[in-house]
Amino acid sequence: MTATTSPPPPPGPAHARPGGTGSAHRAARSGRPRSLATWVRGGGLSTLVFLLPLIVIFGLFSWFPIVRAVIMSFQETNLVTAPTFVGLDNFRQVLNDPILWKAVRNTMYFAFLALLFGYPIPLVAAVLMREVRRAKGLYSALAYLPVVVPPVVAVLLWKFFYNASPTGVFNTMLGWVGLGPYPWLQDASWAMPSLVLAATWAGAGGTIIIYLAALTSVPPELYDASEVDGAGLWRKIWHVTLPQLRGVLFITLILQVIGTAQVFLEPYLFTGGGPNNATVTVLLLIYRYAFQNSLGGDYGAATALSLMLAAVLAVFSILYFRLTRSWSTS
Amino acid sequence: MRSTRQAIALTLAGALAVSTLAACSSSGSGDDDGDGGSTDGGKVTLKVVSLLPGSEQEAIDAFNAQVEEFETANPDIDIEPEEYEWKATTFAAQLAGNTLPDVFEIPFTDAKTLVENGQLADLDAQFRELPYADKFNPAIIEAGTGPDGHVYAIPAKNVYGVGLHYNRDLFEAAGLDPDDPPTTWDEVREDAKTISDANEGVAGYMQMSQNNTGGWQLTVNTFARGGRTQEVADDGSATSTLSNEGTKDALEWLQAMRWEDNSLGSNFLLDWGTINQAFAAGQVAMYTSGSDVYTALVQTNAIDPEMYGLAALPLEGDDAGVLTGGTLAAMPADVDDAKKEAAMKWIDFFYLGKLVDEDRAVADAETLVANDQPVGTPVLPMFSQEQYEQNQEWIADQINVPLDQMTSYTDTMFDLPLVGEPSQKTQEIYALLDPVVQAVLTDENADIDALLEDADAQAQALLDQG
Repeated sequence: MTATTSPPPPPGPAHARPGGTGSAHRAARSGRPRSLATWVRGGGLSTLVFLLPLIVIFGLFSWFPIVRAVIMSFQETNLVTAPTFVGLDNFRQVLNDPILWKAVRNTMYFAFLALLFGYPIPLVAAVLMREVRRAKGLYSALAYLPVVVPPVVAVLLWKFFYNASPTGVFNTMLGWVGLGPYPWLQDASWAMPSLVLAATWAGAGGTIIIYLAALTSVPPELYDASEVDGAGLWRKIWHVTLPQLRGVLFITLILQVIGTAQVFLEPYLFTGGGPNNATVTVLLLIYRYAFQNSLGGDYGAATALSLMLAAVLAVFSILYFRLTRSWSTS
Repeated sequence: MRSTRQAIALTLAGALAVSTLAACSSSGSGDDDGDGGSTDGGKVTLKVVSLLPGSEQEAIDAFNAQVEEFETANPDIDIEPEEYEWKATTFAAQLAGNTLPDVFEIPFTDAKTLVENGQLADLDAQFRELPYADKFNPAIIEAGTGPDGHVYAIPAKNVYGVGLHYNRDLFEAAGLDPDDPPTTWDEVREDAKTISDANEGVAGYMQMSQNNTGGWQLTVNTFARGGRTQEVADDGSATSTLSNEGTKDALEWLQAMRWEDNSLGSNFLLDWGTINQAFAAGQVAMYTSGSDVYTALVQTNAIDPEMYGLAALPLEGDDAGVLTGGTLAAMPADVDDAKKEAAMKWIDFFYLGKLVDEDRAVADAETLVANDQPVGTPVLPMFSQEQYEQNQEWIADQINVPLDQMTSYTDTMFDLPLVGEPSQKTQEIYALLDPVVQAVLTDENADIDALLEDADAQAQALLDQG
């Protein structure tokens, strides 16, 4: 950065003081490094001390595992015997695993179904809830309730409801209207939609709350104006609500895609990836590489696949933001 | 004033940073389990396996009573019980992360590789001091012996042969004689159909299919029809034989029961724990599992003893056999001698001594009976048939399991042709057989030949890795 393009120094006690700070200021403007004493006097030490807990925790629990994972992806290791570097063997092994492509297809299928059902439902629910005149708080609480139910408890409950016998909860209820019984989790073609249904129920509450918050920022004058122009409910939603929510909608979309690409809990707890690998997802495959073998996991393959997934999601995110940059600002 | 506040804030932030570092370093060192530091004021603290998670209170009381008895006899040892269930998916991480009890349990099939990896402690010196060390069945001791001839894992808890477990109430409800359980696979199929037709929503028969147990039970069914899933040459090289006739027959039999008879119920994703639950709840009428599973059914699933029946596994074809396996007790590699000696006292007290010493046998059985725990569940002998029968005589007054409902198994248990589990890549091959079993159970058009050929190729690739 050159002196001519440097922003002016922020106002503060150090700059308000005469003398030394003036020379520091000059030093910065002339490109010379500031002395340690100047840095300490300028509040650098206290900044560092306050930052230290965060740096330590973040470094130790986020960045250190990431760096370890990158190293392990090039190693053969079972965490017991000494690791050996194997170059790109782990990546080759993962790419040659026939289950990988099944897991990728399953994950994309889950993401597609989750987008199809899980994305519009919270939006519709939020818009309807905004239109409701009475007991708004009750509806918000009801919508958010699934989010506060611990996921494992929720899955066990749904598993019970999904009992595929004619006496199962859902099959009994559907039987009242002459439908079913359906196999739910016990059939390769039914299992994934069943997982998406439960995941949508569990996750919709959080997104509804985001939409409800965003809806409060829509200026009521816009609705008034559209009503004066003769717009009905549908036209108000289409011409006022959705354009105003555009930014939030883009963010929730990418969060959902990233979230569904990393789906693990539902297939792990509901089906263990079955039947016949119909619900094995990429993350479940990573878990299997690492933990399925009681005599030591293939942590190299697990980390290699993790890195590939992270790379794909990073590329997707960058592309998405580039493509939608112009659309997301209203 | 301002500088004082700034100083306090800085001190607090610094203290937080230092405590974070300290916390991280202490949690990272694993000093509470991993370094073998075992003494606490002259006392050795020993973490041991207690019961399966979720066990009944009576079972916990019985276990605590045994711990108390042991600690009274050994005041220098402090026992810390930990609930434990061996699971393929968690064991390796627990062992690597030093979160297992000091004395933990492993299946026969895993011991040799763990020894080769240097993950188990050498218990040879302590084991040889047991007065009955040379009386074990040599084949059983071999499972826990390393290439140096030292014993690293000690037979404990049980040696099982797989049996056919059945629900007598469901047999009766379907008009079948519960004292005359099926003896051929065709009879199992017929009875399963009768039971599921008579009891809506009940599986006449079901088989495990998840978390490697699908492969385990398919191997059981293969052996019982004279098939074998791998051959190991003298030079140690192994060949996968998953496409054998026994495995095909077993899968075709299952396919017919599922799609022609519809006698397997509606839940096809079950493992060891969940099939036990389903059986105890009366949702499954027959299933195959280790002969000793009755104890777990009582301790964890509160089964009604009246409804339980155990039959011998049907055997058909030349060279048919009953799959046998068992549990070994072992310790992590880095424990010290004091802990090893304490562990051997515990293993002697809790697992083995009661099998060879009359007083100990009776005392142990009385404690269990006092807490309504099963005594006398049929297992295979660790020593000899004579020793086993002698032991049963000692505790005859305490035996409370319904042995008269298990005669189909107990009458023949010493004559069964036993076959050990496949020795190479056991759990990994079981894992790749899970989807095969699931495919047959959930896809009407599953092509068994193609599924087995595919699994065979994958298994061979695993075996070729050495």
